[in-house]
Amino acid sequence: MSIVNAVIQGILLGGLYALFAAGLSLMFGVMRLVNLAHGAFAVLAAYGALLIVRTGALNPIAALLIIVPAMAVLGFVVQRFILQRTLGTSPLPALLVTFGLSIIIENTLLLTVTADQQRLNLGSFDTAAIALPGGIRIGAFPLAVFVFALVVLALLSLVLSRTQYGRLVRAVSDDPGTVQLNGADPKLIYGFAAAIAFGLVAVAGVASGVQTSFSPSSGSLFLIFAFEAVIIGGLGSLWGTMLGAVVLGIAQTVGAAIAPAQQILIGHLVFLVFLAFLPGGITRQKALR
Amino acid sequence: MDTARSARTTRRILALSLTAATAIALAGCSAPTLGGGGGGGESTGTDTIKIGYVTPQTGPLAAFGEADAFVLEQMKDYFEENGVTLADGTKHDVEIISKDTQSDPKRAGDVAAELILQDGVDLILVSSTPETTNPVSDQCEANQVVCISTVAPWQAWYFGRGGTPDKGFDWTYHFFWGLEDAEAVYSDIWKVATDAKGVALLLPNDSDGGAWADEATGFPPFITDQGLTPDNPGAYPNGTTDFTAQITQFKNSGDSILTAVPIPPDFTTFWKQAVQQGYQPEVATVAKAILFPSAVEALGDLGNNLSTEVWWAPSYPYSSSLTGQSSEEYAAAFTESTGQQWTQPLGFAEALFEVANAALEKSASSDAADIKEAVATLKVDTIVGTVDWTSGPVPNVSKTPLVGGQWRLQDDGSYELVIVSNSEHPDIPTGGTPEKIDWTGR
Repeated sequence: MSIVNAVIQGILLGGLYALFAAGLSLMFGVMRLVNLAHGAFAVLAAYGALLIVRTGALNPIAALLIIVPAMAVLGFVVQRFILQRTLGTSPLPALLVTFGLSIIIENTLLLTVTADQQRLNLGSFDTAAIALPGGIRIGAFPLAVFVFALVVLALLSLVLSRTQYGRLVRAVSDDPGTVQLNGADPKLIYGFAAAIAFGLVAVAGVASGVQTSFSPSSGSLFLIFAFEAVIIGGLGSLWGTMLGAVVLGIAQTVGAAIAPAQQILIGHLVFLVFLAFLPGGITRQKALR
Repeated sequence: MDTARSARTTRRILALSLTAATAIALAGCSAPTLGGGGGGGESTGTDTIKIGYVTPQTGPLAAFGEADAFVLEQMKDYFEENGVTLADGTKHDVEIISKDTQSDPKRAGDVAAELILQDGVDLILVSSTPETTNPVSDQCEANQVVCISTVAPWQAWYFGRGGTPDKGFDWTYHFFWGLEDAEAVYSDIWKVATDAKGVALLLPNDSDGGAWADEATGFPPFITDQGLTPDNPGAYPNGTTDFTAQITQFKNSGDSILTAVPIPPDFTTFWKQAVQQGYQPEVATVAKAILFPSAVEALGDLGNNLSTEVWWAPSYPYSSSLTGQSSEEYAAAFTESTGQQWTQPLGFAEALFEVANAALEKSASSDAADIKEAVATLKVDTIVGTVDWTSGPVPNVSKTPLVGGQWRLQDDGSYELVIVSNSEHPDIPTGGTPEKIDWTGR
């Protein structure tokens, strides 16, 4: 029974990881760019929400209405004026630049908001739970995050498969040169993709700020989990990312049920097994579908 | 051909990103060094006595340093007015140099080295959890500078640094309570649980958790002696985001008593999940995490009747040897100046300076060896009780009194810490009796 519970809680934890991983997955799928500042931007968004909650009369959920568009704009700007210049045949410049961005953000936060651990509060919703048979109880907030992650990924894959923008994104992902010859501007498509990715990471940052807590340096762990979810699921596939996040969440909670001290390590081990024996991930796709 | 190349590129990007991501994670572990530096050029004054003060003022342990600004301000004023007169009759100015560890043990050691090597301090005061006191004390021991340490159970400070029952340290001294005091206080509070059988242990993988979990000297043998069963699922890493495994085990064993020594953010995460997943102990004695009103208030209304150890409170019948203020007056002055509720480290931060002042007054000169000589045989009545290094349980350690308290939710949504157990120190008055946690309606 405790294993069943561990699996259920792991699936819910996977919902949070999926929110983190979705943005990373999208940016890699569209422009072959691994954004190492992904976790740092999530933390930045969480601090933004904290600032709004503290000054205004908004709760963290309402603060999303401001933070998500703000981060989306930031994503567009960062992509157009910084990341775009790093794209090319070699992946190194992009990695170095995003690595640098993450260090700049982390240290700026340390200087301005100190290293204090912070948390976003939702009142009684924080601890509300739904009782299942067998004495298993699932938290309302983790469940909400999981459902939200599902809905967002469904919407995103719908957009990519059914809309004109989605077709452009897939075309650019396959061959930017040809798309440009046909009169569409890949830079603009990249910019919008980055905006979506940053909007997603803002939601993820705020959600994790409610569920656990955050400090300027917590971005690195978010990044590692997101990265692992993307690889386990299979590069470039959004549904794969969701699956990968769930696998990682289950690995951690079931791992903790076996060896509580090695919870995070066991997650890493599962990731390494996938990397070594199934490098294509669960979905084994290469291009964005 | 083309797919093969793209697959190769993908793999290369992957390998590179993985390396870089690991680099970020590692960089995150050892928080970057900020501030500090500079100021090294000044003369290491012959007249001015420099006191280094090291505490976690930011980071997960920031709540411990909350009272620092107030105490430092007050002490600066005091020493500006009075200076310090050594045993040889010479009067010296006192300069206090404060350093923040950002709750990072590595940085704690670094700032201690900086204080010794660059600022040339004569004495270092350090406080708040073994993660702060131990690296700083080690640094002082290595550089032969006197260090007075507090706010860490003495076992974690003494045995955690390699002390043995006979062989202590040359330069470092500690005053605080020990696990035996916490055990006495907690078991007194546990009596309120009906038909208690198991005691759930939520212990992290750090110095405190290690000392508590010790099969020979920690909580498990003590719990067995009380006729109860210890239930320890194993140490968890600090910063854990999911406690399902521990909660499930506690729930299945039906442990009606919970005892824990987590850092504040982890306890908030744990307690929220415990409530979500329906683990409802009758008594929870939690060290470290819920010492502070801010930490309990973060739990909303879930903090009522949580128990913790109390090392200093306004109702303590002691007063300051420096300013003459009673514990109550001192806490009131803090609240008036900062608008915040008193916290326990407030008394100890002040006591550190009382001890430093007493040691210097007793010292024959400002030489490190003379200061050390003075501390070794020091006995002084402070705001937290008597500090006496001639009669500790082991060399270099002096014990201060410990009682137990419970947080009571007030009508306005704030919390008040009420002393409910004083079995070991009847001179400290109680304000109530232990109560069970009320789970009705959850």
